[in-house]
Amino acid sequence: MTESVTKAELADVLFERLGLNKREAKDMVDCFFEEVREALERGDDVKLSGFGMFNLRTKSPRPGRNPKTGEEIPITARRVVTFHASNKLKAQIDSAYAERDHANG
Amino acid sequence: MTRSTLIARLTERFPHLMGRDTEIAVRLILEAVGDALAQGSRVEVRGFGSFALSHRPPRVGRNPKSGEQVTVPAKHVPHFKPGKELRERVDAQLTNGIAPLK
Repeated sequence: MTESVTKAELADVLFERLGLNKREAKDMVDCFFEEVREALERGDDVKLSGFGMFNLRTKSPRPGRNPKTGEEIPITARRVVTFHASNKLKAQIDSAYAERDHANG
Repeated sequence: MTRSTLIARLTERFPHLMGRDTEIAVRLILEAVGDALAQGSRVEVRGFGSFALSHRPPRVGRNPKSGEQVTVPAKHVPHFKPGKELRERVDAQLTNGIAPLK
């Protein structure tokens, strides 16, 4: 299970399970992520119940260093996105792992 | 933004679909991401970011109240790394001073 899941696989799910045509399925997946991006861009946190939360954090400027040259360079103030998985998602992942560990002895 | 606002906005973008369909689409997308992670796969959405699992090995911890030693079992926790486009778009708003955090 090393293959990454991408938008193509997500669109396939909508095609197979919801019956959207291939075009609509692709557009829906694109719009889904675009809506989340736009909300974050507006400064809105995104809370998806049962999945997790995307939060915005504002970071103050701090001194940094180029790790290669050791040269000091300031890191400017910035806004970053953080994700916190919901307890439901964490539990789903944990129990899937527990089951596999059990199956593998 | 919550799940229901997301569904409402997508319903506006897809006027020929029924609201019920967008609701199911949102559920299916989130479930597919969760299922992939539960199976140990990564999820990579170009321009948005990637979801992967990071492994926390088992460790010996301490109950902070009683000082008693306890073994904290190994676990896998989901981790999200924002993609380039998301990072840039979110940060541009701060740099241009347009939208303060709500």
